[in-house]
Amino acid sequence: MESRPLNQRPKPLPNRPSKRPPNSLSSSVFLSLGLVVSIAALFGCLFLSLSLGAADIDGGTVWRSLFQFDESSVDQLIIRTVRLPRAMFAIIAGAALAVSGAITQGLTRNPLAAPDILGVNVGASFAMVLAITLNGQGSIGFAFAGAAVTACTVYWLGSMGRSGLTPVKLIIAGAALTSLLSSLTTGFLILNQRTLEDIRLWLAGSLAGQDLDTMLPVLPYIAMGLAGSLLLGRQLTLLNLGEDVAQGLGLQTGWVKVAAAVIVVLLAGGVVSLAGPIGFLGLVIPHVVRFGVGVDYRWILPYSMVAGGIFLSIADTIARYALRPFELPVGIMTAIIGAPFFIGLVRSRLKSRNKR
Amino acid sequence: MLLDTASQIALTTRKLTLAYDGNVIIRGLDLAIAKGQVTALVGPNGCGKSTLLRGMAQLLKPKTGTVYLEGDAIAKLPAKTLAKRLGILPQSPSAPEGLTVRELVAQGRYPHQNWLQQWSQEDERQVDQAIATTDLYEFANRPLDTLSGGQRQRAWIAMALAQDTETLLLDEPTTYLDLAHQLEVLDLLHELNVNQGKTIVMVLHDLNQACRYANEIISLRSGQVHAQGKPEEVMTEQLVREVFGLDSRIIPDPVVGTPLCVPISQVRSRKS
Repeated sequence: MESRPLNQRPKPLPNRPSKRPPNSLSSSVFLSLGLVVSIAALFGCLFLSLSLGAADIDGGTVWRSLFQFDESSVDQLIIRTVRLPRAMFAIIAGAALAVSGAITQGLTRNPLAAPDILGVNVGASFAMVLAITLNGQGSIGFAFAGAAVTACTVYWLGSMGRSGLTPVKLIIAGAALTSLLSSLTTGFLILNQRTLEDIRLWLAGSLAGQDLDTMLPVLPYIAMGLAGSLLLGRQLTLLNLGEDVAQGLGLQTGWVKVAAAVIVVLLAGGVVSLAGPIGFLGLVIPHVVRFGVGVDYRWILPYSMVAGGIFLSIADTIARYALRPFELPVGIMTAIIGAPFFIGLVRSRLKSRNKR
Repeated sequence: MLLDTASQIALTTRKLTLAYDGNVIIRGLDLAIAKGQVTALVGPNGCGKSTLLRGMAQLLKPKTGTVYLEGDAIAKLPAKTLAKRLGILPQSPSAPEGLTVRELVAQGRYPHQNWLQQWSQEDERQVDQAIATTDLYEFANRPLDTLSGGQRQRAWIAMALAQDTETLLLDEPTTYLDLAHQLEVLDLLHELNVNQGKTIVMVLHDLNQACRYANEIISLRSGQVHAQGKPEEVMTEQLVREVFGLDSRIIPDPVVGTPLCVPISQVRSRKS
């Protein structure tokens, strides 16, 4: 420890071990434990969503279908072939949407950002509708292209003008593009009645009818996106201190931004191609997570992943259970829960800004 | 002799031209900044002080020309290598809500880490020391947004200290601070220079603070160096008139004896 110079200002002693603040180690032990607990809760939700549905199946049967599968049991067959793929997909899609939201917020330093707010999800679904109308069927490539083009357009629109990229301009650009693309989508659907019937449910955001065959082509992309996101935590935390500070600390911000944008497109585009534009999840979950774990993206990202899985799993279970034997599109459930949260968030931010 | 002079120089610019979107701010600038000294960049708004600082830290890539850090062209250094040798604190940086002082300071260790070595004893030691040097021990676990402006600025300086660089560039480190907090920050920078031998280059608006705290003053006018030298030598009534277009009296600072600039107002003069 260096000796301190004489100074007129009274200063406390530099080293006071007694008042040493808790170091980063203890908080990371705490956060790791929390993550384990959350993952356990995720498995609980998975179990619940396997058990509840048009017909309730008792826990024992669910357990046996997973670990001592008996093909002759109808209940076990339902779980294995219908409920398990869907429940797994709910978790994966929830994780992907929450992570893409967290990354978008980190990338734009904007707490109100999320792929659906910025129009990325609508862009992906518009491209899918376009492909289905013109081509007879959509494919994941269209979803990725739609998501990527929309993301670039919003970024370009949001950074126009002297002040550069500002949160407000980004949100306005996203809102403008969202309404444009939604009307275009509606237009295409009105022109083509058959398409409308086919994809009405999908457009509301639905997990219905997910089986392994439709999911398999998309899963690798989502898996890549999720794995990649976990490598970006440290970099995103730095980027949140501002581009100049991050660059001054030796972060190559250009590469980080490109990598993060690619991951967002993979995750949002991948989920939309299967389940349609499920909204609000990407906005809400990272905020809830931040309350618990703070501002470090090394923790925000894995927690968002788990919390997103839990949220969509529960939302899907309610969507199937509430009006059974009918089911609601899960996108409506997430909006019912998410919209009030979004409004509350904006209001509390406005309040805290006015106070300053 | 030549070698000796070279080793005394921290930063050099050669024919440096800096521009934003084709709008040239600094044109063909040759400049040398002394090592182990406090250098203050002064000049009117829009003269290119901040632009020059950003250029010297590679935050703004030069149109033409080169910046050398102790002989090495910074454009050729890997980003993290540069960040181990040169730190920069931009003007009024902002942190996400809820970030604690300790978390912020820990970010300063980024250039010293890699995928395998995420957090070392040395990192921990440097962070502790940076917090101690800036007197932020009791605030270490407080979120930045709950601190006063002066404490917040000290926390950012602590982050730059944890970066452990020999050279530190600061863009108006006293902006938005009241007078007491301005002196608190400048005293801290002075101590870092004296005790740790750090080279400090900062943009300052207040000429009198620049004279009091800097060993060398560089005055800029429309992207060119107007004068460079010891405060006693360069801070003249002529300089203030040429750079700021303002008449003034220069008198010795009654506290430390460095030049003190008293501007002459067109409207307000001595009460009769």
